Amino acid sequence: MNRRRFIKYSGLTSTAALVPGFIQALVAPFNQLAFQGKRLVIVQLSGGNDGLNALVPFRDDNYYKLRPKLGIKADALLKITQEAGFHPALLGFKQLFDKGYLSIYNSVGYPNPDRSHFRSMDIWHTGSNADEYFNTGWIGRMLDANCPGSEKPYYAIEADDTLSLAMKGADKSGFAVRDPEKLRNALRDPIYSDIQKSNTHLETQSQLGFLYKTLAETASSADYIYSKSKIYQSSKSYPQHEIGKSLKEIAELINSGIESKVFYTSMSGFDTHVRQLETQNRLFGIVGNALETFVEDLIASNNFNDTVIMVFSEFGRRVKQNASGGTDHGTANNVYIINGALKKQGMCNPVSDLTKLEDGDLIHQLDFRQIYATLIEKGIGFDHTKTLMRKFELLDFI
Amino acid sequence: MLLSRQLMVTEQQKIQHLMRRSGFGDSIKNLVSQSFETNFSTVFTSNSKFEEIYLPDEERVTTGELLKMTPEERKEILDDLAANIKKLNLEWLKIMGSAQGQLREKMAFFWHGHFAVRVRGFAQVESYINTVRKYALSNFGDLLMAVSKEPAMLRFLNNVQNKKNSPNENFAREVMELFTLGRGNYTENDVKEAARAFTGWGIDEDDTFLLKENQHDYGSKTIFGKTGNWGGEDVIKMILARKETAVFVVRKIYKFFVNENVDENQVKQLADKFFNENYNITNLMKSIFESDWFYEPKNISCNIKSPVELLVGLNKTFGISYENPQALLAVQRVLGQMLFFPPNVAGWAGGRNWIDNSTLVTRMNLPKRLAEAADFDVTVKDDMNDESPGGARKAANKNALNCSFNWELFCKRFESIDDADLWKTMCNYLLSPINLPLEPENLKYQKFDVKSTKIKTYALYIVRLPEYQLT
Repeated sequence: MNRRRFIKYSGLTSTAALVPGFIQALVAPFNQLAFQGKRLVIVQLSGGNDGLNALVPFRDDNYYKLRPKLGIKADALLKITQEAGFHPALLGFKQLFDKGYLSIYNSVGYPNPDRSHFRSMDIWHTGSNADEYFNTGWIGRMLDANCPGSEKPYYAIEADDTLSLAMKGADKSGFAVRDPEKLRNALRDPIYSDIQKSNTHLETQSQLGFLYKTLAETASSADYIYSKSKIYQSSKSYPQHEIGKSLKEIAELINSGIESKVFYTSMSGFDTHVRQLETQNRLFGIVGNALETFVEDLIASNNFNDTVIMVFSEFGRRVKQNASGGTDHGTANNVYIINGALKKQGMCNPVSDLTKLEDGDLIHQLDFRQIYATLIEKGIGFDHTKTLMRKFELLDFI
Repeated sequence: MLLSRQLMVTEQQKIQHLMRRSGFGDSIKNLVSQSFETNFSTVFTSNSKFEEIYLPDEERVTTGELLKMTPEERKEILDDLAANIKKLNLEWLKIMGSAQGQLREKMAFFWHGHFAVRVRGFAQVESYINTVRKYALSNFGDLLMAVSKEPAMLRFLNNVQNKKNSPNENFAREVMELFTLGRGNYTENDVKEAARAFTGWGIDEDDTFLLKENQHDYGSKTIFGKTGNWGGEDVIKMILARKETAVFVVRKIYKFFVNENVDENQVKQLADKFFNENYNITNLMKSIFESDWFYEPKNISCNIKSPVELLVGLNKTFGISYENPQALLAVQRVLGQMLFFPPNVAGWAGGRNWIDNSTLVTRMNLPKRLAEAADFDVTVKDDMNDESPGGARKAANKNALNCSFNWELFCKRFESIDDADLWKTMCNYLLSPINLPLEPENLKYQKFDVKSTKIKTYALYIVRLPEYQLT
């Protein structure tokens, strides 16, 4: 069912219909497609996930030496190679791996790593060097650079109430929506329809014109996303957790044929200074299960080959365990890529070398922006240098 | 032509423009309308007294004490310190809304974004913000020197780790790039050599600035083409001796206080004067606020309010008092500006960067939710506050906006206004727009039993308009 028929069919009033005509004219029609390639789903694990206990290098004596209490014994691991095995709670990842749906990059980071959560996350979101400060995010800049004519903030959707820096560009930004119905209802407040009567400001050059335009786009996007969210209802059972809810929402939108090309969601709680074993046990079970279910959902609607999922965290953790049953902030970390048509599957680079540490931390062997560049260029199909402001060597996972 | 454009701006609009830009807008208590001249002189005479922000009951821990603790002890105390920094945030927000010396607070708010630091020590943040407030209106050289020696700055930009045998360039780079000269006005070699000049800058056990002589590089350095045995203070003086610093700082002030679209001629004139008058900040602000061009229509309602300006403005306009000011922290976070938690050393980007679909709708719904003392039902992201971001995604309903508006006082201002003029009068007061928004039909013909209900309804409508997001 197309959107117009659906609205007619369900007797819904379109929020966009309440937006004054002149502003609607500013919002490009829905059929202008700028993106052609695959869609991206970004999953952020906030707090600094301990990659060394997610994927354990069990052949390395240093691992057990530095983690006498936290180290997971080799026979408990879900082994995937001669030297690495998943945390027992990451059964979801193991199964994705077994089916050839998972690529793993070890020791991903950047030069001069910052061990502060907010600064390192800032760097991952903006794609800057450690000594640069960008106020736009990589996905936002991708919209800026590649969609000049189109005004569709829902091209990039974040499943949350607020928008992450990664999604903010200078002229264009992604669209935050945690609950499509709630957002649509919020915009049914009469003031939004009344605004058409105070319509003296047309030029989008002025800040006021910009605000009115953003409002119009918000109304039309909210309406569009809500209509899409009603088309496909997932029958899969996701974990009862925020990340399960978000991935379910994203799967439903993708399977409904929404035009959006980037989806963003995050899960928090990975800052395991204390009680790391029980915390990871719980969180890994949830995220593994949620992603596995998400993949099943996409496969069922034949959307998995065109959807590339990236799972990252702002940094890994110190190799040596601390005295309180946890680990402190570290540097490089694993990044996981999940897709139905991977060109390179499984372990894509050597496991982290625990004999070569710098101040007790891993030394990065791959710049995270090489992964971004590959997603932008080979995934979506845009020139990555415009977005990342420099040239990076592309990888071959897709 | 020019004359007729200037005539469009009324005396009242001039006053409001001045109050909004030099402070956080007109206060509900300011019922007597005064002349522009009276208001203008008040802006500059009300700042003479400086009072520290001080939370009397809170524990203060020095940097040295923090470093001596075990990780467990530190973890425990950092949570308390983070809570205290948030209390300090709310205290300053309150002062912004109530202080007589509005220009001092507004200027300090600007400098907080300019000298953006974000550290975990409560005592250090408190000391930093009081230094910023104290020197906010003095001269830029003194402010720069004092802020550079604050423990918060020394730690945030790693000057405490800057030692003769392993120089750390972080502060030396940012002081030139972001605080004074701006990119293109120094070389990589200047940064390298300046970093050597700042070696040994540190703090003693009481968090007081100290030059650690055994860590200072006493060798000769060449900075901006001048060779000598320079120390950190010399570098700051050499930076101030360059006109580019005046231009860079004035341009940033112009964007913040006048218009994001910069008139380079005006900036040049102001910068010349600023430079020749030893970087006197009060004189600079006087030059701006007494110029004719500051009151030209193109400079009125042309910038997007920052979240703090929006919040403090609402508080002042309606005399809002909070039972649970904690919720204001969530509001700041969701709108993208939390005092003492800037995104990075470059501060808040401002302008259109404040606006996306989520923040715009939150901004427009905020006055209504406040007036209803409703829950702030926007999920807050993890604050990425070091050491304690753990799964505290606060469910929205914990952020009840328990507050009350001083409607009695607010309504007094408009009680005598004829119904036919109410919309226009209130718009002029709340928005000072150059083009008046049209009165919506359903408000125009709605019947109200009492005048005060009508005034309240109109007020809450007007402050939700996109026009209200501008200053």
